[in-house]
Amino acid sequence: MTMLRHTIDVCAVLRSAVNQNYDNLLTRPTGMAVRHQIERELLAIREGGTTSLDFSSIGLMDYSCADEVVAKLLVLLQNDDPTRGGYVVFLGIGEDHLELVESVLTHHGLALVCVCEDGRPALIGAVSEAERRAWDMVRMRGRAEAAELADEFGFGEDFVAEVLDALSRRRLVRRGSGGYLSLGAADVVQ
Amino acid sequence: MNVITVPPSLDDQTFEHVLDQLVDIPLDAKILIDARYTTWASPFGLTALLTLAQSRAEKPLFNVPEKDDTASYWSRASFFRYADELFEIHGKVPTPRTTGESGNLLEITPVSRSDDVHTVVSRIEKKAAAIITGNLHLESRAVMGFAMTLSEACQNIVEHAGCGGWVAAQNYAYRKRLGGRQIVQIAVCDAGVGIRQSLESGNRRPLTDRWDDGQALETAVIQGTSRFPDHGRGQGFKGIRGYLNRWEGKLAVRSGTARMAMVPAWDEDVVRKDRLAFMPGTQLLIMIPEKIDR
Repeated sequence: MTMLRHTIDVCAVLRSAVNQNYDNLLTRPTGMAVRHQIERELLAIREGGTTSLDFSSIGLMDYSCADEVVAKLLVLLQNDDPTRGGYVVFLGIGEDHLELVESVLTHHGLALVCVCEDGRPALIGAVSEAERRAWDMVRMRGRAEAAELADEFGFGEDFVAEVLDALSRRRLVRRGSGGYLSLGAADVVQ
Repeated sequence: MNVITVPPSLDDQTFEHVLDQLVDIPLDAKILIDARYTTWASPFGLTALLTLAQSRAEKPLFNVPEKDDTASYWSRASFFRYADELFEIHGKVPTPRTTGESGNLLEITPVSRSDDVHTVVSRIEKKAAAIITGNLHLESRAVMGFAMTLSEACQNIVEHAGCGGWVAAQNYAYRKRLGGRQIVQIAVCDAGVGIRQSLESGNRRPLTDRWDDGQALETAVIQGTSRFPDHGRGQGFKGIRGYLNRWEGKLAVRSGTARMAMVPAWDEDVVRKDRLAFMPGTQLLIMIPEKIDR
């Protein structure tokens, strides 16, 4: 089975949501309008899939808007029923945005998967050391089960399974029938 | 007639002299703001004067600076454009140049809605980037933080003031402290409800015996508490402080009878002042200095 990844151009959403030719993500009301529209689009397309939120055409950003568009969206997805899909990967978050987005994520204890300029997925935000290690291992393999990571991890399988489950609940890896899958750049589930 | 003399040099510090003269004067009393002998004003001074007029029940009279250069600069900074509605103006007001280029980073601009914040940031985006990298010699990544700082400071008006306010920004050589190093000053002033009342309106007053404007400032600026209970709120001041801390900038926030400052090594300001003369609303001063390689 191959799942296509949907992409939402955040700048296009911004312009449509506020009916202005903006490319800066500024102010809380703007962020709220953008988030609501993204939520609607996610509802329509997310069944089982991963959606890329593409920030590459976004210019400037402030905390209030990032709080709405990034943090509150993630909170909503994490609180949703995990069996309904709803995974997102962030694209085009430039170095200029990164610090601000990380700060907002840390404030809420959240994390996200973003795809860097070199095409490699990266984990940013608030994650424990164990979560980061497990996430990296899944990313390198594309797919993994707790049992096969336990040796390299240096802890028992139960502990690794617990960490992977936590990542899955946080929507940072996808739990599938064949184990835990990376939300990497390719993100093609077979 | 109560005459309020504007100091020759009007900035955030000397504006206190203006307020001190108003302490015993009722809000509905007629006053004359006499700026005839004023020769210089910072963005803070100009926006605070407008805010002061906005807070009076009776429209104040205003004497224009006698010095042509000064009046001309105030005109180019759009001061008279808004002062005309708020004061009864006496004296010759120079016609501003119509080229659209005043030399200001941002002329005095009203802020009351979220759209105004977008307009302000996009209007100065390119100019600010050139000044931050060219005049202040900061890295290009400082531009994003500058936009964030400006946006969050303006949103303070939109989200909390309950009425409109003004923003202005200027790049100039700061002779008072930095030996003529370049500096960018942003001033954001409103005559709204102020930080204490804003927090009280959301039942966000901390459980403490002492509660005054100074405590309210600490609660909002340092602890990042907003009138909204939402966990994501209140990050604006945290973000501004982080940005200014990185670039050795200064933040001063005045609200009601208190003022709090984040004082960088190059300045000698006082961290917190209480029992100042009352001024409605909230007034923000932000200064970002030129980077000198050590």
